[in-house]
Amino acid sequence: MTATLEVQGLKTHFFTRAGVVKAVDGVDFSISRGEVMGLVGESGSGKSITGFSILGLIDPPGRIIEGSIKFNGAEIANSTETALQKLRGNRIAMIFQDPMMTLNPVLRIDTQMIEAILAHEQVDKRAAWERSRDALGQVGIPSPEERLRAYPHQLSGGMRQRVAIAIAFLNRPDLIIADEPTTALDVTIQAQIIFEAQQLTRQTGTAMIWITHDLAVVAGLADHISVMYAGRIVEQGTTDDVIDRPLHPYTVGLLGSVPTANSRGQKLHQIEGMTPNMLALPKGCAFGPRCSRSSPACMDQPLVADVAGRRVRCFHPHLDAEVR
Amino acid sequence: MTDATAPAPVEPVSEKVETPFRRFLSEFTESKLATGALLVLGVIIVLALIAPLITPQNPYDLAQVDVLDGRLPPGSEAYAGYTMWLGSDGAGRDLYSAILYGLRISLSVGVTSGLIALAIGMAIGLIAAYVGGRIENIIMRIVDLQLSFPAALVALMLVAILGKGIDKIILALVVAQWAYYARTVRGTALVERRKEYVEAAQCLGLSNARIVFRHILPNCLAPLIVVGTVQTAHAISLEATLSFLGVGLPQTEPSLGVLIANGFEYMLSGRYWISVFPGLALLLTVVSINLVGDQLRDVLNPRLKK
Repeated sequence: MTATLEVQGLKTHFFTRAGVVKAVDGVDFSISRGEVMGLVGESGSGKSITGFSILGLIDPPGRIIEGSIKFNGAEIANSTETALQKLRGNRIAMIFQDPMMTLNPVLRIDTQMIEAILAHEQVDKRAAWERSRDALGQVGIPSPEERLRAYPHQLSGGMRQRVAIAIAFLNRPDLIIADEPTTALDVTIQAQIIFEAQQLTRQTGTAMIWITHDLAVVAGLADHISVMYAGRIVEQGTTDDVIDRPLHPYTVGLLGSVPTANSRGQKLHQIEGMTPNMLALPKGCAFGPRCSRSSPACMDQPLVADVAGRRVRCFHPHLDAEVR
Repeated sequence: MTDATAPAPVEPVSEKVETPFRRFLSEFTESKLATGALLVLGVIIVLALIAPLITPQNPYDLAQVDVLDGRLPPGSEAYAGYTMWLGSDGAGRDLYSAILYGLRISLSVGVTSGLIALAIGMAIGLIAAYVGGRIENIIMRIVDLQLSFPAALVALMLVAILGKGIDKIILALVVAQWAYYARTVRGTALVERRKEYVEAAQCLGLSNARIVFRHILPNCLAPLIVVGTVQTAHAISLEATLSFLGVGLPQTEPSLGVLIANGFEYMLSGRYWISVFPGLALLLTVVSINLVGDQLRDVLNPRLKK
């Protein structure tokens, strides 16, 4: 069985006046039907650019310079705009971070939903309307008929994100890229949205990439986790492995900085230093200067190694049990 | 039951859905001056539309115009028996009738040229903003070049080349004004283009034309409406200027500008009414359009909201 999405050696660079920003610099992952992959990393680590690269929506001065993106076995990296337009919103859908911004403020919900269907299918308006209504019902929106007539400003943030999710699932896509869809929402709504998204992926068999900076969010949602740092995936494995037995010092640091019931009263762990300037990445391992385990060997770029059922980019992984 | 499955609480949706238009209307009527101006404008437009029904004379029909009635002061009785409440001009036209018919021409020239210029400028501005790059640069430099000349000068030169006539005047006014619309639309569209809903629309696989005209354009309408209103007033006064200077509309199609020009030679002899009444009509029209435009700007510009 071919994977829904297979990304290999993806490099997306931005050629700015100040220099080349290697936003995505050699990313590999694959994701199968019905799977949820958490793509975790700090701001500016290249998570979102990875998502936009898949959709072919990288604006100049950026472009995909290398690598392959195979969608259902077919190469879509650098394919034509018309071919990509047929995939977008149809086979690959996207959910954005801020639901206040992603719905057009002057168009009613029904207009925006029907339009998304009609862009890819020849059905009559009535059928499209009925499908939109059912989709709203599926994401847990009460009285969907009324909501369809509303303008975005009349809905709450959580409601709008549900609408955005409903739009993403409208055409039964094979893959959904969710770019921090819960970051702008408060915690209770966050839990509901994650629940709806999870349920829908199970029902429809859609594969999903869930981009986030919050490990806690993907811990209960994803099957696999890829941790990104400075344009590269530094650790990749099943969620249980990564959360319970992190190998890369960066993952260890991220997990250590999540407050838990046990850490009450204690000072939270902090990763020293700042995210590196993407224009002037440190030599060798980009995490080296912030890493407590770094050695002279880290002045070379560590290659991906298969360690304990995972793929890790580190010379000094936490193989011992003294984690945390 | 605080499970995540619990449906979100139902928010009350009022019976009357608050459409953007309704909100806009209630905000617009907050200013009494602007509401008054809108009423005045409405009356002017209605009067102009039904002019043939409420005027005693058709000033274009030479059979109805009597030269012997020429230069009669306001309130005089015409040879045909009706009272000329605003007097008559040098050719014996009843000024009240002539003003209403003149308003028809002035308004239609202003609105037609405004709408055509708006359509052209809007399309060009949107394309410039969405396509960007070299095409945008070329378009916007042409706009800059055009805007560096006074609109009256551009229109004057064009009419001098094209000659008289209502179609030529409209053409000249369109050429003199499209650049304002193009610049306005491009400015707003540039801001809108960067917004996430455009990215989301791209992610839905919508075509570029659809994104530009269905998604970006409606969000650019607010400043466009304001500029459109003010520019229409400007077009009306520009047409009056050209007609006053004698290069606009011909004597056979007397707009307000032509009427003012006709009476100008009699001003010093004390026959003020021939110029003053059409002048007042023009003033009232332009001022009320501008007041409406100002209020539109206040209501539609989110930065000026209280």
